[in-house]
Amino acid sequence: MAKTLKIALAGNPNSGKTSIFNNLTGARQHVGNWPGVTVEKKEGKCKYNGYEITVMDLPGTYSLTAYSMEELVARDFVIKEKPDMVVDIVDASNLERNLYLTTQFMELGAKVVIALNMSDVAEKDGMNIDAKKMSQLLGASVVATIGNKNKGTKELLDAVIETAENKTGLEEHQIVYGKEVDPEIEKIQSVISEDSTLVSQYSSHWLAIKLLEGDEEVIKVIEKSPISDEIQKAVNKRREYIEYHIGEDSETLIADQRYGFIRGLAAETVQRPELERLSISDKIDKVITNRVLGLPIFLLIMYALLKFTFSGSEFMVGWFEGFFGWLGDLSTELIPEGLAQSFIVDGIIGGVGGVLGFFPLVLFLFLGIAILEDSGYMARGAFVMDKAMHVFGLHGKSFLPLLIGMGCTVPAYMASRTLESKKDRLITMLVNGFIICGAKVPIYALFIGAFFFKAGATVFFLFYLLGVAFAMIMAKVFRIFMLPGEAAPFVMELPPYRVPTIKGAFIHMWERGWMYLRKAGTIILVVAILIWLGFTFPQEPKYSKNYETMASQIEESYAQQIAPIAEGFGSDVDNIKENEIFAKFMQVDSGFSDAIEEGRLEGKNEQYSTLEREKNKSFETLRETYPEQARLYLQYMSLTPAKDEQLTAIENAMAAEQMEKSYAGRIGHFIAPFFKPLGFDWRSSIALLAGFAAKEVVVSTYGTLYSLGETDPEEAGSLREAFRKDPSWSPLKAVTFMIFCLIYIPCFVATVVFHKEAGSWKWTGFLIFYTTALAWIISFIVYQGGMLLGLG
Amino acid sequence: MSKLSELTPGAKGKIVKVKGRDAIHRRLLDMGAVSGTPFEVEKKAPLGDPIQIKIMGYHLSLRKYEAETIIVE
Repeated sequence: MAKTLKIALAGNPNSGKTSIFNNLTGARQHVGNWPGVTVEKKEGKCKYNGYEITVMDLPGTYSLTAYSMEELVARDFVIKEKPDMVVDIVDASNLERNLYLTTQFMELGAKVVIALNMSDVAEKDGMNIDAKKMSQLLGASVVATIGNKNKGTKELLDAVIETAENKTGLEEHQIVYGKEVDPEIEKIQSVISEDSTLVSQYSSHWLAIKLLEGDEEVIKVIEKSPISDEIQKAVNKRREYIEYHIGEDSETLIADQRYGFIRGLAAETVQRPELERLSISDKIDKVITNRVLGLPIFLLIMYALLKFTFSGSEFMVGWFEGFFGWLGDLSTELIPEGLAQSFIVDGIIGGVGGVLGFFPLVLFLFLGIAILEDSGYMARGAFVMDKAMHVFGLHGKSFLPLLIGMGCTVPAYMASRTLESKKDRLITMLVNGFIICGAKVPIYALFIGAFFFKAGATVFFLFYLLGVAFAMIMAKVFRIFMLPGEAAPFVMELPPYRVPTIKGAFIHMWERGWMYLRKAGTIILVVAILIWLGFTFPQEPKYSKNYETMASQIEESYAQQIAPIAEGFGSDVDNIKENEIFAKFMQVDSGFSDAIEEGRLEGKNEQYSTLEREKNKSFETLRETYPEQARLYLQYMSLTPAKDEQLTAIENAMAAEQMEKSYAGRIGHFIAPFFKPLGFDWRSSIALLAGFAAKEVVVSTYGTLYSLGETDPEEAGSLREAFRKDPSWSPLKAVTFMIFCLIYIPCFVATVVFHKEAGSWKWTGFLIFYTTALAWIISFIVYQGGMLLGLG
Repeated sequence: MSKLSELTPGAKGKIVKVKGRDAIHRRLLDMGAVSGTPFEVEKKAPLGDPIQIKIMGYHLSLRKYEAETIIVE
């Protein structure tokens, strides 16, 4: 049996940890979340020299205090899961700050192997690091690696196994905190040691340090100890002693000592060039976050990101739509018409396809973000935007989710994860839905096209701005009244610019994309079915008119009119098209018609008129031979389309009534009084209800309710016409409706993702309630105010 | 001695201490703002805040009110 090893991969953000992880584990990765928090958890496996090694990728952190979720997760993993060792990825070109984390793993008593990563960059900067000496001074193996070129991976694994087998020949060291602090640590340690259960779980040395630092999480642990009072007393005494005698708080002092140790280590192992040259990255930075160019460049990059996402994914969206269209057609053909067909085609394929349809868009967006992140620009974007965002109670990093919201709220909610503080994240997510997303655009196109056609683009832009304004104002309101406190600190590293690797960016994209699919996928199916049920049942409501009788009456009178025609051809009604003479007429008529149509479409007017003349000539020739039949044929050709039109009208009216009387339609009627003060009728109530399924459905629902049959949201010309003619609509009502759509609840997929990200029903309930309430109040003010001003 | 927030881009100096005992204080220590660390103020963001400093060979951004807690010389 293979020997097993469990290692934890740790390191600062931007230390190249991800590429080392990919080098070690290849494609054998598993991505999930750490329990209870939205911090990504990645695990992978690798086999080496008879060992089966499980690699746990800890979140990238600078320290192991309880400052952020990530730091807590990393720390708890090492304490509770007790991995065989911690492989600490240290950015060689940024040694001191990276080693700060290393010292804290050593404090925890963990075995550490250090990967001196990006050693090529350090060398280029003129740094010379003596890895051997460093490993002796630290008492831990130090291996030079170049993660993005997959160099040093084997050596790193060798060191891991050597360390596991205790064959490094290195002596373990404890960090020295100086003659002032070390005795104090020891004093606290000796008190802690009396609680044997505590000592079996934690290193007493570490606990003592953390208590001196005033670490809140560790204080919570101590509170459970039977001797917590004694420990607390000892800690307070030592802290006071340090502050009184050294004149520094113990927290600062310990950090000073850690960095002091590191400085000493660096002095002995690192040779630096005498003159520091300005690196290429610094030169780039001088331009990109320049006072004058910073903002324009930011806007340009954001524009490029959106362009990349929407235009770039177009071809793939086409594939997906094509695929689901094909699947729908195939199912329509294979499954006999009826409930089962409607369930599969409209319910499942339509519902799931509608959502998966924008999966490529999400993938491209994630790819774009991964490239921006890996290149180092993302932090600069936050740097440039922080002031503007801060005014509204948001954080510099909030710009990204808000921007993505222009595409789709679902990935926008997911992007809010980059925010460190939970408050910032919640506020950003709560207002994200006000940004007009791609699916809402057809609604605006419909109403603006119907009522504000002349100033279309301007009105549209104003609504976009209105959405942004709402988001900003509400963010400020939440910051003041619901989640008070400052936005998270902006003490942030601005990493050097790097050329992103293709592999890295794609892995990133896929991880997040897969997560989106998994999160949204299962629930989408359920809700798609529910929505289908709501609009499909009851199948045969009590119709106000007997549509079937009306249809059969039309069929009957048509049959009566057509019978003498058929007789004239010497045929019966059903087989008239097989009649030899009739077929001759048809051939002339439709054969030419198709060709004429084609010529006209291609703009070949000349050919078109020649064809027209030819057709007339052929027809005349036929007429001379069969004068009586020619008359009957023309009669037939005018009767048939008229009949078809009447039948379609009846069908559409029936579909409209079916929708109106379906369960969802009844709910729409039921809530219609609620919308009355806003000037909306029952049709709008149903449309808004359907809009919860997906925003573009608002348009197609109107299409059905206005008896126009199936309406493509992007080509709603006839619907626009119907709105314009409908006296119950007015420009004021249209504005009110558009405002309501701007504010009210995001679609269900977004709501589901919000719930997963916010992590509590309380906030999901609040989102649903407050967006609906706010939409109603603002719409009420706009409509009633408009009426008072006589705009209605 | 002065506050870091009072310096203009181009200024160089050494950190004396970080005031306060909150999350920002701890974070600043973690990021290397301990006594004796040399630094250089590099720039201000286009809108005037936050600022960017170079410390321990890397770039750190912080808001002005966060920089107010750092005493430098």
